[in-house]
Amino acid sequence: MATAAVPKRRFRLPNKMVLREWAAGYLFASPFIIGFLIFVALPMLYSIWLGTQRWNLIGQPQFVGARNFIRMFSDERANLSLWNSFYYTAFAVPLQLVISFALALALTQRIKFRDFYRSGFYLPIIVPLVAWSVVWQRVLHPEFGILNEALGWVGIPPQPWLFDPGLSKPALIFMSLWFIGRQMVIFIAGLGNIPPSLMEAASLDGAGAFKRLWYVIIPLMSPLIFFNAVMAVINSFQSFIPAKIMTDGGPENSTLFAVLNIYNEGFQFFNMGYAAALAWEFFIIVMLFTVVQFYMSKKWVYYED
Amino acid sequence: MATTDTTVQPVVETTGSISRRRLLEMIWLVFLQIFLTLLLITFLVPALWMISSSLKASTEVFAHPIVWIPETPQWQNYARLFEILPFGRFTWNTFIVVFFAVVGALFCSIFTGYSFARLRWPGRDLFFAILIATLMLPEVITLVPRFIIFRYLQWIDTLLPLIVPFWFGATPGTPLYIFLMRQFFKGLPVELEEAALIDGASRLRILFQIVLPLSKPVIATVAVFAMLQHYTDFMNPLIYISSLNNWTLALGVAGLNAEESFRSGWELVFVAGTLMTVPVLILFVFAQRYFVQGIAMTGFGGR
Repeated sequence: MATAAVPKRRFRLPNKMVLREWAAGYLFASPFIIGFLIFVALPMLYSIWLGTQRWNLIGQPQFVGARNFIRMFSDERANLSLWNSFYYTAFAVPLQLVISFALALALTQRIKFRDFYRSGFYLPIIVPLVAWSVVWQRVLHPEFGILNEALGWVGIPPQPWLFDPGLSKPALIFMSLWFIGRQMVIFIAGLGNIPPSLMEAASLDGAGAFKRLWYVIIPLMSPLIFFNAVMAVINSFQSFIPAKIMTDGGPENSTLFAVLNIYNEGFQFFNMGYAAALAWEFFIIVMLFTVVQFYMSKKWVYYED
Repeated sequence: MATTDTTVQPVVETTGSISRRRLLEMIWLVFLQIFLTLLLITFLVPALWMISSSLKASTEVFAHPIVWIPETPQWQNYARLFEILPFGRFTWNTFIVVFFAVVGALFCSIFTGYSFARLRWPGRDLFFAILIATLMLPEVITLVPRFIIFRYLQWIDTLLPLIVPFWFGATPGTPLYIFLMRQFFKGLPVELEEAALIDGASRLRILFQIVLPLSKPVIATVAVFAMLQHYTDFMNPLIYISSLNNWTLALGVAGLNAEESFRSGWELVFVAGTLMTVPVLILFVFAQRYFVQGIAMTGFGGR
């Protein structure tokens, strides 16, 4: 081969060392690459196709065009399930964030047995959610539950919690406040990273505790608040286990959350095509909420550099 | 850890006002301590109630006012549970799933994590971006199509769908573990590896003889997270497992609840809940450090 041709060649085969590194790189990463293609990418594409079919797993899938995608907009039950998930998220997430942040602040003060308290508040999220759900179903029981018992001590009459469509969602939101351990741990780690010199400077400038909280701590913590908010929104939208176990969506579909509805369509009614279409709708909605949060974060999240 | 109130007092203040501040701070801390204690009790009461009720007689479960400590602990409740449903079998199935899924998660995350951290190959950055994107991917989007794929493979009502995907970086979970490994490997000093490479060691040998011995904390963190994930998983067993013989503990607890709910078997539901919780509590006691480290490191995990 003429050496004059070499400058024209844009692509040169890398040397043996580099090739071996490539081979090792692909080989080592192959579990993820294969797994992503088979268990994520393929199912996602397949479910778009599935969305255009009517199929109850028996016989052949039947092409229905965009009918599934049109149907879901006028499907009252599906829309109600999205509303329920939105309602749950809209109340649960801010409450979780405020409480976990306040707890983290309290647990970085000079109190006694700090580590013991931290572990204690973290403990509820160690309990498997299935076990928690069966216990909380009884905690919330109108007659024999401990919540009504405790409310009775301060003179509040027993409430029908999970049996009342108006109270069932608030009850599940209340229960979700027991799962703030992860957010709390993140906040505690972040508070530990605030340079003491900054707090001293603020004190010297005459800032009281609230001013330091508002003008120093919260801005410095805003990236973590943002992160926790994004994750909590995604997780709350996907809440499934408590509703499935404690109420199975009732009463009157008041706790029929989006994922539970998709599960029901797919695995109770075997509308595989429609369930796939609903899953895509849900996915896009969750993505939109995440994108909106990222967009809004530019206005309030403070990054040092 | 730095606290907000350990700051140096301003010099300009008089001695009188300093001691008043001290007093106020002490009162505040005492108040805080009492408040946190009450709150902590509130946080732990449902779990304590579960444990105490698992030892109650049927009559005590529904007693008014609530019985907190059963008069004579009914240990036979635990034996009765195993008579009603084959919980021994469920425990065994759960053990199999957790063991093999965790091994798979470690296998996948160690190799892929190392590849992302240290090896250069075309497309790496693209696949790393994909990995980050799948961290937040809602599980439900792949639920129906995956079921159909596994149905095609005739894996329905076997434990395979609960294990095999996690050997291959399937969501949820494994992408997070890959990410954790990658971050940790990246933080290790690269010089040792380079020296070994010059000496002619293969990448595999470097990974196993140099990198992994230094990586025990992250391996422990991933193992703990993965154990918790597969132990508590409910959605996948619910969809893939039908015959009683293949149920996991999560299905057992939920199934018992569905059968017995609002009838007289409450104490047995509490027994099942307690039984399912005890192993993770033990894990937490011994591995608390890794829970907290992993969460603080990535912000993910822990449920």
